[in-house]
Amino acid sequence: MKKIALEVNGKKVTKEISDHTTLSGLLRDILNLTGTHIGCDTSQCGACVVHVDGKSIKSCTALAADLDGSKVTTIEGLASNGKLHPMQEAFKKMHGLQCGFCTPGMVMSAVDLLKNKKNPSDQEIRDWLEGNICRCTGYHNIVAAVKEAASKM
Amino acid sequence: MKTFNYHSAKDVKEASKLASSNSAFLAGGMTTIPSMKLGLASYKDIIDIKRIKKLSGIKVSGKTVTIGATTKHSEVANSKDVKKAIPSLAALAEGIGDPQVRNRGTIGGSIANNDPAADYPSACIALNATIHTNNRSIDAEKFFRGMFETCLKSTEVIEAIEFSIPEKSSYQKLPNPASRYAIIGVYVAKHKTGINVGVTGAKSCVYNDKDLAGALTKNFSSSAIDSVKISSSGMNSDIHASSDYRANMVKAFAKKAVDAC
Repeated sequence: MKKIALEVNGKKVTKEISDHTTLSGLLRDILNLTGTHIGCDTSQCGACVVHVDGKSIKSCTALAADLDGSKVTTIEGLASNGKLHPMQEAFKKMHGLQCGFCTPGMVMSAVDLLKNKKNPSDQEIRDWLEGNICRCTGYHNIVAAVKEAASKM
Repeated sequence: MKTFNYHSAKDVKEASKLASSNSAFLAGGMTTIPSMKLGLASYKDIIDIKRIKKLSGIKVSGKTVTIGATTKHSEVANSKDVKKAIPSLAALAEGIGDPQVRNRGTIGGSIANNDPAADYPSACIALNATIHTNNRSIDAEKFFRGMFETCLKSTEVIEAIEFSIPEKSSYQKLPNPASRYAIIGVYVAKHKTGINVGVTGAKSCVYNDKDLAGALTKNFSSSAIDSVKISSSGMNSDIHASSDYRANMVKAFAKKAVDAC
């Protein structure tokens, strides 16, 4: 067991965890933040993408023990004062989701993209979302949603 | 995932001391952790080397670029110094996996794992790399031994990889569209001392294609490659590509790389 202290969505969290607990396990099973989804569980599908110290990573393949002292933002941490993040609004407006399973990861990944690139092209969006798999939409409306968000942010 | 003891080493000495035949060093974990989840690997001890500061960073001198073992792919891809000194190396890093993998995965982890379809091993071969460990310095040609096999001992920690800056170079790959691993990757580098053609994805281990290098030494142009016969014997054959197709792609991508130099 390891004792770790980290910040999750702006709140300080101290927990005792098993050495092999992943960040996705910590978020979902211990902190009940089930917005972060687990799809493939081997870092291919991207449903588990969260931000650690400002960068998007796949939380299923990060050990919680190794993130002691980090700042984590999950999909639950994007909205502020009950108002959706512009990326969430854009996914809703542009129908960037169908079943919604991949959406938390898509949104977190796309938010990271816009941090580095204010007005990405369609190709840049598709390249960036390489590690996020959606089996419903065919990606078209996801790309449209990211562009919509870029125009509002 | 089977349980293990997690250790965060404060320095290389401690990491090496904790290591055994039943342990693994952890950097980005982009292969180690999925492998453990899939039951392909299990260890008693996982020794995290990410917090050892001296293992991370990029240094450029007149003739070489030295990259610390735990430097992430995204750091190499975005480094102004690497882009200036060896643009093909920055481009290679940008083409690995996806953004989240590049935000975690490390160069040391990639070469220590020596996946037959990984990108970095071909760069090590093409750019006459020296792999510095806590015990010794190893030439890339001797470092990669076979499929997922290197000459590293279980207590040996890669500290940095030193690449020679070539006169010109290019890495071209045919990526698997899902994983972005190389179905074929060819790294051509022209140094004052000679030409290397590092090939990954084709066989069970990365190699320097001496026939292609020989033809390019006589005439550094893509047309010089036309007459080189690439045998498909010993090449990988799987659901992604047959050995004959791979042999043909080695040639096609070698030409592409020379043209892009």
